[in-house]
Amino acid sequence: MGWAIALHGGAGDIPLSLPPERRRPREEALRRCLQIGVEALKSKMAPLDVVELVVRELENCPHFNAGRGSVLTNKGTIEMEASIMDGNTKKCGAVSGLTTVVNAISLARLVMEKTPHIYLAFDGAEEFAKEQGVETIDSSHFITAENIERLKQAQEANRVQVDYTQPIQKIDSKKETPIANGDSQLGTVGCVAVDSQGNLASATSTGGLVNKMVGRIGDTPVIGAGTYANELCAVSATGKGESIIRGTVARDVAALMEFKGLSLEEAARCVVEERTPKGTVGLVAVSAKGEISVSHNTTGMFRACASEDGYSEIAIWSFGLN
Amino acid sequence: MGGWAIAVHGGAGVDPNLPAHRQEQAKQLLTRCLQLGVSALNSNLPAIDVVELVVRELETDPLFNSGRGSALTEKGTVEMEASIMDGTKRRCGAVSGVTTVKNPISLARLVMDKSPHSYLAFSGAEEFARQQGVETVDNEYFITPENVGMLKLAKEANAILFDYRIPSAGNETCGAGVESPLQMNGLPISIYAPETVGCVVVDGQGCCAAGTSTGGLMNKMTGRIGDSPLIGAGTYAGEVCGVSCTGEGEAIIRGTLAREVAAVMEYRGLKLQEAVDFVIKERLDEGMAGLIAVSKSGEVAYGFNCNGMFRGCATQDGFMEVGIWE
Repeated sequence: MGWAIALHGGAGDIPLSLPPERRRPREEALRRCLQIGVEALKSKMAPLDVVELVVRELENCPHFNAGRGSVLTNKGTIEMEASIMDGNTKKCGAVSGLTTVVNAISLARLVMEKTPHIYLAFDGAEEFAKEQGVETIDSSHFITAENIERLKQAQEANRVQVDYTQPIQKIDSKKETPIANGDSQLGTVGCVAVDSQGNLASATSTGGLVNKMVGRIGDTPVIGAGTYANELCAVSATGKGESIIRGTVARDVAALMEFKGLSLEEAARCVVEERTPKGTVGLVAVSAKGEISVSHNTTGMFRACASEDGYSEIAIWSFGLN
Repeated sequence: MGGWAIAVHGGAGVDPNLPAHRQEQAKQLLTRCLQLGVSALNSNLPAIDVVELVVRELETDPLFNSGRGSALTEKGTVEMEASIMDGTKRRCGAVSGVTTVKNPISLARLVMDKSPHSYLAFSGAEEFARQQGVETVDNEYFITPENVGMLKLAKEANAILFDYRIPSAGNETCGAGVESPLQMNGLPISIYAPETVGCVVVDGQGCCAAGTSTGGLMNKMTGRIGDSPLIGAGTYAGEVCGVSCTGEGEAIIRGTLAREVAAVMEYRGLKLQEAVDFVIKERLDEGMAGLIAVSKSGEVAYGFNCNGMFRGCATQDGFMEVGIWE
């Protein structure tokens, strides 16, 4: 036993040829966020607070698709969503359709703790945010030049794009271009943590899908799809929202552990390799025993993890597997 | 076994003092909807179409809390949500924050069939509805005088309390004048609007489908989303079964109730009724909820841990029953 933490910055068709100037800022951010999470766990902060803290950091980082740096809807607007879950109590909170709230994950937490509801969305969520006095800012704050360009490209390609790590490139590029077949997926940030007492928590946040229809909700705020935590494990998923919803991905990892007696790793692999289509899903998970699993059926997933026994990793791809 | 099966519900958590004529009305509506589904199944309509057809009927009738007759938000408006799932390939569609669409379940179906997404909400959902040319009406259409009255009572009872154990006041003004200590979702049972309608079907080919629709919680905050549009919580259909839940949304979401029934069947090998019983008994903690389910082998089952659930079921061998109480 012992504490463990894993966080992600999105799974997708991240090409091995990703140039350093696109890779390094993300790796740096993952390193920094991991450090923050590890320090927090070491100082005995509750996992629920740890995951919120780490996801706030990831949201504030413009290199990931959440908070600042969120991808844009087909109207060029921002609509952010998030959810958080406490493994012990199974209490949870979720928000969707946020346009001015600086940290969606914190609003999700407030929904969980300050309302009789679990999930608030759009105008109602924004109204609640004002009542609660959370930090809000003009929507333009979240928009980056890179995402404006991504939207333009997606609209030209007339396709809903999930992979936003693709460098800004011409549509007719002959390089390996996951955009070309529209199957590339990436999005979302998330964090799962467990302390040495086995308390678990999970949090996930996103800007959604590039060029998504206004009002589109993905897996991230859907408890059991993008986020889940109970007494056995905590899971945060990323990838193609529609696949994660149908596959009730986060819940299934826990269900396989509970009902089939699989280990965390076996359960995560089963879900990712057998129960969801290739190229659609990635997840990070920790168990009550302090184990970590990082699984993805996509080319890559930005992630970082560490455990009390000294293990630590920051990575994008997985070699020697599948 | 084998053959088709269908179940419908009109919400869980029923006032024990519900007047007899209201009980009769409910049973008649459930019977009518079942018969609609049965005819459709006998003419070989696929499960997903039967589910949509039957839920449309439940939405259109103002008796239950969905479509017309939906519970009202704290602002006195209606915000509806629904989801539908086709077990064959686990395709799904959901909508929330729908204010003018006459049949939310059909909009959810269109999201599944005609959009690249699974879930659309609020203005985006309404815009999609217009693009698709579905029937729309003013929000007032969905509001019934009865629910306007219920909203007033709910506000007086200072309902939707954070601590659901706080005793309520004002419930002596409703029901048959008998005070009921039962509570559901923070409201005294006598003014609680049993949430949601749903339908689950397995057709002659063994394909399962499920659908759920609701106006949500009386006096809810605007923008509040419950379990009904959440795949895995209020609705689920896979290879082995179809499930639709109703009751306390929080409990259903935390328990990922609909998915749970399927998961224990798939991963633990439980049969349908065992799975339903297990989930109701073990997965609800202090929450109150009910559900209906069908299996691919033509079985039908339901369960609830609260006071009553409006439901009905029928199977191909001629069995048909509607009920409210245990």
